[in-house]
Amino acid sequence: MMESVPPALELPRKRCAPIPLMVKAAIAVMGFLTFCAIFAQWLMPYDIAQTDLLNRFALPVFLGGSWAHPLGTDNLGHDMLSMVLRGIQISFTIAVLGTLGGAIAGTLLGLLAAWAGGVTEDLVGILVDFQATLPFLVLALALLAVLPDADMMLFILIMCIYGWERYARLARSVALSAKEATYIQALGVIGAPTYRIYLAHILPNALGVLIVNMSLNFPATILAETSLNFLGIGIQPPDTSLGVLMGQGRNHIYNAPWMALVPGAVILVATLSMSLIGDWLRDQLEET
Amino acid sequence: MTRWIAARLGRAGFTLLLLISFTFFALMISADPALQILGPDAGPEAIAAFREKWNLDKPLWYRYLTYLNGVLHLDLGLSYRTGEPAIHMVLDRLPATLALMIPTAIVSLLIGVPAGIYAAYMHRTTADRVTMLLSVVGLAIPNFLVGILLMYFFSVRLGWLTPSGIVGWSSFIMPILTMATAEAGIFARFTRSAMIELLQHPMVETGMASGFSRWKVLFVHVLPNAALPLLTVAGLFMGSLIGGAVITENVFSWPGTGRLLVESVGARDFTVVQTTVLLIGSTMILANLAVDLSYLWIDPRLRDARQVARR
Repeated sequence: MMESVPPALELPRKRCAPIPLMVKAAIAVMGFLTFCAIFAQWLMPYDIAQTDLLNRFALPVFLGGSWAHPLGTDNLGHDMLSMVLRGIQISFTIAVLGTLGGAIAGTLLGLLAAWAGGVTEDLVGILVDFQATLPFLVLALALLAVLPDADMMLFILIMCIYGWERYARLARSVALSAKEATYIQALGVIGAPTYRIYLAHILPNALGVLIVNMSLNFPATILAETSLNFLGIGIQPPDTSLGVLMGQGRNHIYNAPWMALVPGAVILVATLSMSLIGDWLRDQLEET
Repeated sequence: MTRWIAARLGRAGFTLLLLISFTFFALMISADPALQILGPDAGPEAIAAFREKWNLDKPLWYRYLTYLNGVLHLDLGLSYRTGEPAIHMVLDRLPATLALMIPTAIVSLLIGVPAGIYAAYMHRTTADRVTMLLSVVGLAIPNFLVGILLMYFFSVRLGWLTPSGIVGWSSFIMPILTMATAEAGIFARFTRSAMIELLQHPMVETGMASGFSRWKVLFVHVLPNAALPLLTVAGLFMGSLIGGAVITENVFSWPGTGRLLVESVGARDFTVVQTTVLLIGSTMILANLAVDLSYLWIDPRLRDARQVARR
């Protein structure tokens, strides 16, 4: 029972600053988009492969179109609402998996460098150096050019490369300073296995920085994914992502501007909301 | 200090070798270009002739050394697509790209740095928050969306600017604005955080106490010291500028290197992709090296520290 706790044992209550309105709105938007991404299959009014050639370039509702296609149709008569929902699903899946993959790989490499030192540390350093010489977009283009028939798995794996070096750097520097702490030294003395010390005792020290970095990495991953797909490299039609939709819309900007502007608005709202949340999280972390 | 410079040069050289090896081995893991270019219906003689022509029948080490030798002589092979030397194709397109990158760098510095200074000066006021919100929007909005929005308003709705290619000076307006949006955001954020940190330095109080005006302290004493943290993001800036150019050139059908890269990736013209990657990578290596070396020139303390450490 909560009441039975004597007051002396109660933890001093930290006074949390109220969450700014803009961040609350951003969290709500991200919640809504995540909902759309998870339940896209059930929310889509039409199949994304279904074309209606008699009803091409139908106007969206806000430009005076009918409710049969609330966001209009594209050049082949695909329902834009269904396409955008599928686009959100694919883009979010790639961004989540790409962010997680990069975070795990980068963190493990950083911890490995801190633990092993010597040649291993140098090797990780060389990889980080190499990453700094090629902008991610160029590296991804080069890899997608040489890899035969890039499918979704491969595309996600390439997205995992994005930003790994920052996690590696953060994890390494935190681990290097945590290594010297008395309790870590003590764990070594009582014979705790090294992997346990690193994953269960050193890693939690870096968790805050890593999570903030992930929240800032997520919108950047969406930007990278949509950019590649905008260029027509990556996911191939009939499947789609928000970037693929933008790329197709660019060719019809004169007669059907909604084809590019609707997915564009979704991308902007998503990246902006996540950046605002990430910035706020970082400020919270810096204050503590 | 000489030893430190030599170490930096060595590391840059090693990274360059790694880059060259990467472009070589990236090609190795690719599917057989003979089949890619000639198509699946090509006869065995045609494939054999193709493989012999491009040295694809030789052992790996031979091809690697030939490749290294070629790179050193700036001979990067012929384009699979056009048969022209790849280096010529890339260099032909370079001026158009530089004509976007250099003005973009200037424009984004001219917008971003003053915005950052202003935000830092107005720290924790509404003006600060609005400036920072604008910079977040600049960073969060995809390049291609800015391009398409500009194109929609200025070409489709107003009919003022031509949406693609180069047809005079007005063609530069939209691509440069597109690229500068994100870069100005980066500069504003970094300038602001560097300035805020420096404004807490005792020299500001000393300056104010000596009767200098706020603006004089800001520009004469604080700003020069903010140059160092800004310099550390120069490499990052260069990378994002190149990435931005690749996308922007494709939005506006700009005849630059970035468009060539994407066309070549689509056509699986590996030699041209390789050449472009090498050009971009070596530019970045040089830029990062230049940043490291310029620390010595900008920050005399580092020079002294190295000399002291050496003794």
